[in-house]
Amino acid sequence: MAYSDYETVIGLEIHAQFSVNSKLFCRCSASYGGGDNENTCPVCTGMPGALPVLNEKVVEFAVKTGLALNCKVNQKSVFSRKNYFYPDLPKGYQISQFDEPVCGNGHIEILLDGEKKKIGITRAHIEEDAGKSTHHGEFTLVNLNRSSVPLLEIVSEPDMRSPQEAAEYARTVRSVLRYLGVCDGNLEEGSMRCDCNVSVRKKGETKLGTRTELKNINSFRFIEKAIQYEIERQIDSIEAGQAIVQETRLYDSTKNKTFSMRSKEEAHDYRYFPEPDLIPLKFDEAYIAKIKTSLPELPNQRSARFQKDYSLPEYDALILTIEKEMADYYETVVKTCGNAKLASNWIMSELLRELNNSKKEISDCPIKPEALGEMIMMIDKGTISGKIAKTVFAEMFTSGKSPKDIVASQGLTQITDTSAIEKIIDEVMTANPNQLNDYRSGKDKLFGFFVGQAMKASKGQASPEVLNDLLKKKLKG
Amino acid sequence: MKFLNQTLLDVRDQIQSGKAKSVDVVSESLERIKKYDKDINAFISMNDAAIKRAEEIDARIKKGEKVGRLAGVPIAVKDMYCTKGLKTTAASKILNNFIPQYSATVVEKLEKEGAVIVGKTNCDEFAMGSSNENSAYGVVQNPWRKGHVAGGSSGGAAAAQAARYVFGSMGTDTGGSIRQPASLCGLYGIKPTYGRVSRYGIIAYASSLDQAGPLASSTKDAAEILTSIAGFDEMDSTSSSEAVPDFAKEINTDMTNVTIGIPKEYFGDDLNPEIKSVVLNAIEVLKSQGAKFKEISLPHTKFAVPVYYLVATSEASSNLSRYDGIRYGLRVPSQDLNELYSQTRSDGFGTEVKKRIMLGTFALSSGYYDAYYKKASQVRRIILNDFLKAFTGCDAIICPVTTSTAFKVGERIKDTISMYYNDIFTTSTNLAGLPGMSIPGGLSKEGLPIGVQIMAPHFKEQTIFNISQALENNLKVDLKMKGGMVDGI
Amino acid sequence: MDKKEVEKIGRLSRLKLTSDEVDFYTNHLSMILGHFEELSSLKTDGIEPLITPTAPTAHIAKDEVKRTITTEEIIKNAPEKSGNLFRVPPVVGGD
Ligand SMILES: [Mg+2]
Ligand SMILES: [Zn+2]
Repeated sequence: MAYSDYETVIGLEIHAQFSVNSKLFCRCSASYGGGDNENTCPVCTGMPGALPVLNEKVVEFAVKTGLALNCKVNQKSVFSRKNYFYPDLPKGYQISQFDEPVCGNGHIEILLDGEKKKIGITRAHIEEDAGKSTHHGEFTLVNLNRSSVPLLEIVSEPDMRSPQEAAEYARTVRSVLRYLGVCDGNLEEGSMRCDCNVSVRKKGETKLGTRTELKNINSFRFIEKAIQYEIERQIDSIEAGQAIVQETRLYDSTKNKTFSMRSKEEAHDYRYFPEPDLIPLKFDEAYIAKIKTSLPELPNQRSARFQKDYSLPEYDALILTIEKEMADYYETVVKTCGNAKLASNWIMSELLRELNNSKKEISDCPIKPEALGEMIMMIDKGTISGKIAKTVFAEMFTSGKSPKDIVASQGLTQITDTSAIEKIIDEVMTANPNQLNDYRSGKDKLFGFFVGQAMKASKGQASPEVLNDLLKKKLKG
Repeated sequence: MKFLNQTLLDVRDQIQSGKAKSVDVVSESLERIKKYDKDINAFISMNDAAIKRAEEIDARIKKGEKVGRLAGVPIAVKDMYCTKGLKTTAASKILNNFIPQYSATVVEKLEKEGAVIVGKTNCDEFAMGSSNENSAYGVVQNPWRKGHVAGGSSGGAAAAQAARYVFGSMGTDTGGSIRQPASLCGLYGIKPTYGRVSRYGIIAYASSLDQAGPLASSTKDAAEILTSIAGFDEMDSTSSSEAVPDFAKEINTDMTNVTIGIPKEYFGDDLNPEIKSVVLNAIEVLKSQGAKFKEISLPHTKFAVPVYYLVATSEASSNLSRYDGIRYGLRVPSQDLNELYSQTRSDGFGTEVKKRIMLGTFALSSGYYDAYYKKASQVRRIILNDFLKAFTGCDAIICPVTTSTAFKVGERIKDTISMYYNDIFTTSTNLAGLPGMSIPGGLSKEGLPIGVQIMAPHFKEQTIFNISQALENNLKVDLKMKGGMVDGI
Repeated sequence: MDKKEVEKIGRLSRLKLTSDEVDFYTNHLSMILGHFEELSSLKTDGIEPLITPTAPTAHIAKDEVKRTITTEEIIKNAPEKSGNLFRVPPVVGGD
């Protein structure tokens, strides 16, 4: 049988680290980095007698995220202890949520290759991060700076059917988190982590195959690659008559392979039970309603608005709204220049390409949106031609100078003065008598030749409209 | 004895007014400990800085400062409380070298009120036991009678107070660990309402049951200490913001408007007759003061012991996971991490602690959770509901504390079941989160103390202190030790 | 509760048990659980488990960073350390 005879089933567990000042259960700094064990205290190092106290902001962020993911926010939720031994888990248990999570039963919509798909979200729960162990062969070193940093674990339904869908789902969730301002979504630094549950089954089969859980994936590209590898590995195994083992596998991006985290330990028994050191969280309707009204415009809402207000095609609106910063950028450009279509064109083609080539994020784009708006306005007013604008744009991107300065210092202002353009046309006609003859004897196609020559002679500064008009008249004779 | 046979309140007033010096009081305390504690073994560690601290308090008083409710008086603290810079072991080998970097909130509050902590008292390892025989630092003798236990788990705390080393002794009570040793040593010992006192910095045995409280030699002394330590703590999410009365000051011994329930299940045919007669006598005395009595029923009392042991050990199995030899405490070196864990924990924990960790691990493990942990937690609610119903008809409940007087060292330690069922009269209050107090009620024919227990609704410690004071005033129990291990009492 | 169960529980709770200890704990734990069997006679369907017996409103802290202790103090009790990090042996046999 071939790969195409199989169907893939994928579910994601996304751990999003909340962008808050202090940790989930103590008031140590939750910021990334810091000296070894610098951001620690008796609580997050599991000293005898220390107790957890919940961070207010985390609760608010969890409810916000739940609402943005169309989840039901539970009026009561309970913290539970997940018990296991590991050196970076100082208490010997992780405080998480188990049977009563803060959010349940939501969904988001993804758009892939022009098609929309709804992905179910099973639940989202608050939990604390573990510390970090670094292995050095003979010994392991433990840093507890991350211990008790707040996470929201967002568990999807097994609704995805391809690596691309999985990556798109992750991108969409990231986009929502960033719009909400609750998580910076940095996969490389680990502020967002995606564990992928992958299984395959023969097409038409309704029962799920045995799944493996892929960890250690730190970019969207690697989500696709890791799942693709895993699908093929699983199908190869099944085809070779081997059973899939339910296990956790680590993705190695340098080898583009997944590896079993073989462990001698018997099946885990986490012995979840309600955390007696914390009181269950209870929300009334009013609190949830208040958070709901405080929700910012979300990517899908913004995309719809862009389509409506700026008459953008769905695809353009979507691209412009994935990143909140990009959408903000676009709207500032529109506000400055007043031409939504032109703004979208310039961003979608020139700006995105330049950003891509220079591997820059929109947030550190050398062209400020106001400057781009100004430049577009100059095109609109005819101060510069579209062609000149490309030169100006390139200069703006490298130097960060304002378009006015560039145009002024390089003398790029468009020539609209008819007498000046007539003079150029006269020179071109004199220099090309044969072509002039041919044109006048009916070879209309040569019009383009004269436009090119005249434009060249004006160093591209001649207004195309004025040039066209005058040229038509003059060539007639 | 110049000071230690007086009450905390009297000596505190003398120190605060400059009539007595904290240094002299603390010195007397330290001398007495030095003299007797080799035999009694109430302390695990002493605070070398106690005299210096007393001098500081004397200096502050000399400058005219008002120091606090416990100005300059020596207090003992159970070795379950973290004390910054002072070794804290939970009576376990696994913490035999642990020096906390911070103090429990209760310790900070005691110090804020001017107390001088003289040392850390012995107890059952991680407060698991009823006889102080489960300590890595040896058994504690009952000052009333050599060879008899002081009770547990706060056995050292009770012995230290009974021997009049100090003016108050801090214990913890998870299933009776303040009240039972208080009863066995003739003391006033209160377990406050769950949430009344911060648990921050107190080594956890069972988080939903543990409460800190004092053992003292009078009602008012106990009340004054409770006022000093109670109240909301932003470091403990389960602590209550309920207002804290000035308990000692507000004591009111008028019993005419007090109705006290007598739970029939606590007075079964198998109740020790000496204990029964002490409790009945207390009832008569309170009646003579105008209190009304009525029979009540707490029908699920017999389930309290299994529920308690399942809940407590489940929580304990998780609470004690942090003792892994990595960040502090004992480590048995090994080349392999899992070997290090299991060797360290096997060497570091004693038999009873291991037994309870395993019982709790089992009760939480997959396949057994519903039948054990969850079932117990459900019955726990039924037990609470029994009390809530009973308290609709009475202000307090009177009953025994223990099934016997102080038994002999070694007599019961082999018999786990009878040891566990000794806690029959005390565990319910922890399960229901209620305040309960042991009050000296009389002596047995053998001359050993017998306590009477008063329970009250949540946050009604004042009612308990009122009844306790009425009993103290009118019972006139002769607490002179005959054949005891110390003199002067 | 049988020996196999005790051995499993011992591994889960990271307690190394000699065979004598396995026997000892098997006896004790079976006996204790036997006595606790009376609980099963009680009907508890639909009863919400009780965890915290008093019901304070959840205390929640403001999201502020407060430094309470130095790194030196945090690591000073560690049996083994490298610089300011805790040091432990690796898991042998896994990979
Ligand atoms: Mg998780
Ligand atoms: Zn911390």
